[in-house]
Amino acid sequence: MGDISGFHFQIVAALIFSIGALGVLLRRNMIVMFMSIELMLNAANLSLVSFSRELGNDQGQILAFMVMVVAAVEVAVGLAIIISLVRNRDTVNIEDTSQLKW
Amino acid sequence: MRAALFWIFSTAAVGSALGVVGSLRSPINSALSLVVSMLALAGLYILLEAQFVGLIQVMVYAGAIVVLFLFVIMLLNLRGSGAAGAENQPIAKALGALVAVAGTLWLARTLAASRAPWPDVEASFGTTQAIGEALYTDYVLSVQVAGVLLLAGIVAAVVLAKKKID
Amino acid sequence: MAMSTVWVSIFLFALVLLAFAPVMTWVERKQSALMQDRIGANRASILGFKALGLIHPLADVIKMITKEDTVPTGAHRFLHLVSPFIAVAPAIISFAVIPYGGVYELWGTRVSLTVADLDYGVLYVFAIGSIATYGSMLAGWAGNNNFGMLGSIRVSAQMISYEVALGITVVGLFMIFGTLRLTDMGILQQETFRLFGFLEHAGVVGKGNGFVDAVTIPMWGIVLQPLPFFMFLTALMAENKRAPFDTPEGESEIVAGYFIEYSGMKFGLYMMGEWIEVVVISALLTAMFLGGWSIPWVREAEMIAAWTPVLGENMANLAAMVLAVHVFLIKVIVLIWFQMLIRWSMPRFRYDQVMNLGWKILLPLSLANIVITAFGILIVQEVTR
Repeated sequence: MGDISGFHFQIVAALIFSIGALGVLLRRNMIVMFMSIELMLNAANLSLVSFSRELGNDQGQILAFMVMVVAAVEVAVGLAIIISLVRNRDTVNIEDTSQLKW
Repeated sequence: MRAALFWIFSTAAVGSALGVVGSLRSPINSALSLVVSMLALAGLYILLEAQFVGLIQVMVYAGAIVVLFLFVIMLLNLRGSGAAGAENQPIAKALGALVAVAGTLWLARTLAASRAPWPDVEASFGTTQAIGEALYTDYVLSVQVAGVLLLAGIVAAVVLAKKKID
Repeated sequence: MAMSTVWVSIFLFALVLLAFAPVMTWVERKQSALMQDRIGANRASILGFKALGLIHPLADVIKMITKEDTVPTGAHRFLHLVSPFIAVAPAIISFAVIPYGGVYELWGTRVSLTVADLDYGVLYVFAIGSIATYGSMLAGWAGNNNFGMLGSIRVSAQMISYEVALGITVVGLFMIFGTLRLTDMGILQQETFRLFGFLEHAGVVGKGNGFVDAVTIPMWGIVLQPLPFFMFLTALMAENKRAPFDTPEGESEIVAGYFIEYSGMKFGLYMMGEWIEVVVISALLTAMFLGGWSIPWVREAEMIAAWTPVLGENMANLAAMVLAVHVFLIKVIVLIWFQMLIRWSMPRFRYDQVMNLGWKILLPLSLANIVITAFGILIVQEVTR
């Protein structure tokens, strides 16, 4: 495939992961933070599938599939929590939900 | 041809990831950038001979999860994050970008030593049949646990999001 | 890409978009008129030549193109522009995996009458169908209108609910055929089985009984899985937001729901998308349940072998190819007629009835179908061992 090797895919995965991590750390909007978490999960999936291809083993793809299942469940439950939070406090800024902070 | 496709898909994936994190105006723009990112990643999976995973990525991630995000954003009629001032942290952003780039470069240096060409895989690698056989023979326990997890998630989501009937 | 694939794609593109899409408007008008004992639209004419009302699609297109394209203030301009295309594109792309026929040897080249004969053909259609949700969902939000937003919420909930039932209803069929590839399904549906073969296995009649051997039924999907055919058809019609499931479109206080802020050609694109999707639904059902491009009780390979001494190999293949396309299109047209029939005879479902049908009726039935099909396959394998 030209000169594209697993190395390139790992770099792309690393970039997407770091962008997602920055999103979680720097954004204050709950929904956008959640989407950044999804980006991180996707980057991990890309890394897994790329290694699976490199080693010729399908275990990476199966683990990626399981990660997708877990991500789907997490999104459902997380969005339910966000709906309850927004209904209660009428704000989507995560700084306003820091009552348990010391 | 495949190299060209790789560059197109990876640029789209990284660019729309930046769009997810960096769109300050409305969460709908972030959600749409997320869709583009998911679709670009699905393209990358298909380039990696992972046909089943790529299609499930489109069906589950781009077709259901982000729809759920958009649904919640529309239902609650969410606009921007309200306190736009809180989003403006130039030092943190600069530092974060620096750490991210440094980390990626360090990763590149570590991985560059072991760049090897890919082995040829048989035509049935990553097909639905191969993944299905592996899932239901070697990993059948994980499938069962995933089923229970999904059930728990469904019940939790319904209970959490219901309006209390007082 | 082989030359044969290129001209097949051009043929399909021309056939679908230029032939089916405008004719579907005429079919809708005339069929509903026939069913309601009236004449239908018959005023449009070119030089006094009315052509049974076939000029009306042309008049519609001229009207839509020349209409003012309004974008409301406060609307998201980019999404307002792009949503119709996101709604239409999946319907057109789904034609990539529809098999109009098998593979034929014509003058040395192997011509495959499927644009992309993917190993995971049906999964591709489902994946593309799940993208179609965005076209409708973003349309209502982009218009900055309360009614549009309500329509969007309803349409997204309806579409993702029926995607679940869509996938599970056909798992039984995949178990029996053992493949996701649509051309393989078409070839497997040419086999026949003896209707009274169980009598022979139960020992009631002896082997080689003439009557038992004579009564054979082609292994069409609808014969093997009758209930899933109707469940799949229901789920697909709900995905298409047509027929009795057009709560998001016709409801919302009788205004047009999620395309309330669209006029002119953008509205036309939504309508086109719906009609093209009717054709996609019919084509998919034909390929999976109604035997695809084959005439019942006729195996195509045997037919070509029987014609070869008479016509020569190339002409036999060509004749078989033309016959296959005709048979496929006839079946598609029958299913289009059937969908129009349902659309014009059933009243619109209430929204909670739609959700009820998707989650409480279709989903348990499809899961039960999987279990029953699995038992059926085991029993058949045991008995015919």
